[in-house]
Amino acid sequence: MGEMEELRKEADNLKDQITEARKVVQDTTLQEAVAGTTLVGRVQLKTRKTLRGHLAKIYAMHWGTDTNCSKLCVSASQDGKLIVWDTLTTNKVNAIPLKSSWVMTCAYAPSGNMVACGGLDNMCSIYNLKGKDGNVKVMRELAAHTGYLSCCRFLNDSEIITSSGDCTCILWDIETGTEKTIFAGHLGDCMSLAVSPDFKMFISGACDFTAKLWDIREATCRQTFSGHESDINAIGFFPNGNAVITGSDDATCKLYDLRADQELITYQDSGIMCGVTSLAASLSGRLLLAGYDDFNVNIWDMLKAERVGVLAGHDNRVSCIGVSSDGMACCTGSWDSFLKIWN
Amino acid sequence: MSNNSANSSNLVIAQKVVKQLRLEASVRRIKVSQAAADLKTFCLQNAHKDPLLMGVPSSDNPFRPPKSCALF
Repeated sequence: MGEMEELRKEADNLKDQITEARKVVQDTTLQEAVAGTTLVGRVQLKTRKTLRGHLAKIYAMHWGTDTNCSKLCVSASQDGKLIVWDTLTTNKVNAIPLKSSWVMTCAYAPSGNMVACGGLDNMCSIYNLKGKDGNVKVMRELAAHTGYLSCCRFLNDSEIITSSGDCTCILWDIETGTEKTIFAGHLGDCMSLAVSPDFKMFISGACDFTAKLWDIREATCRQTFSGHESDINAIGFFPNGNAVITGSDDATCKLYDLRADQELITYQDSGIMCGVTSLAASLSGRLLLAGYDDFNVNIWDMLKAERVGVLAGHDNRVSCIGVSSDGMACCTGSWDSFLKIWN
Repeated sequence: MSNNSANSSNLVIAQKVVKQLRLEASVRRIKVSQAAADLKTFCLQNAHKDPLLMGVPSSDNPFRPPKSCALF
């Protein structure tokens, strides 16, 4: 019993140490640092395309990154389909029927060769888009999680990272279909993950109200960020990889700087009382686009933390959002079964 | 019997928690002024390349084919 007490005391001391160390470097605030910066002018984006075809709620979307598919995106709906869209023509390049319709996430491989999805089946299914006979088939079913698959992101054609309701994230070897590394530490369902621009780290947001930064190769959690007062549903990297943006059920988004190891600012408004479901940063990082439960997307000036625009066009919750890799357009997916392309 | 094994597994968990906190406490931190300045610089330097921020002229917008007006 004595040792438990000692460990508890040491844990409390370390937590205090971390709080102190963060205060020591807090010589200013982001707000003060950008006091002289002009607020971004009102941002008015228009719907340029509406992607129609899903027959039920859309839960996830992800843009392709390869130069050949920077205008392609994949979406997942609980109608049991993954659709790969050509957003310029609104044509469906692939309509992939899923074994399980309870899909919660999808991802496009950076190469454009594969897509992945998963959900209440607790598995991550990998599909090869470039099969020899032109048919899209399941390539691998990655099974090991004991909870739902909330998010997945490819590192390359042979590795993918998944986050799960079982509170862990896993790095998989797609070839062998086995777990390379299990990232455990969160005390609540992992809801979302994002890979750093240099592919060395990833961040996860969870129902324990924290975000964690993980070193992929060292297999360790480097930093933990608190402050949110409810589940973190969405997470993303600031474009230069030095900061993390989170979106939560507490109706706020937060910006955490990795090198200062602390929260820099909160994006909140007394008029916003519903949860954040999704988020994406514009190419320069100046704009933060966040989807909310009230069917809208709010556009924030990331430096000044003020709202500078709204995307209103969906008739139900905006469940997913993404900015194309060239920054040209933003795509929103909704429970109203449509995807919209805006710029 | 079960109480003992529960105690020892709680101990192992507590040891892991402390080990992780030690790791997180040892992180090298830069000043917020430096972090904020770098974020601001990145935003301002890349602003002109940000289509959603600058707006996309219809002639360059791949999602919006330019409308032609033929008078004859």
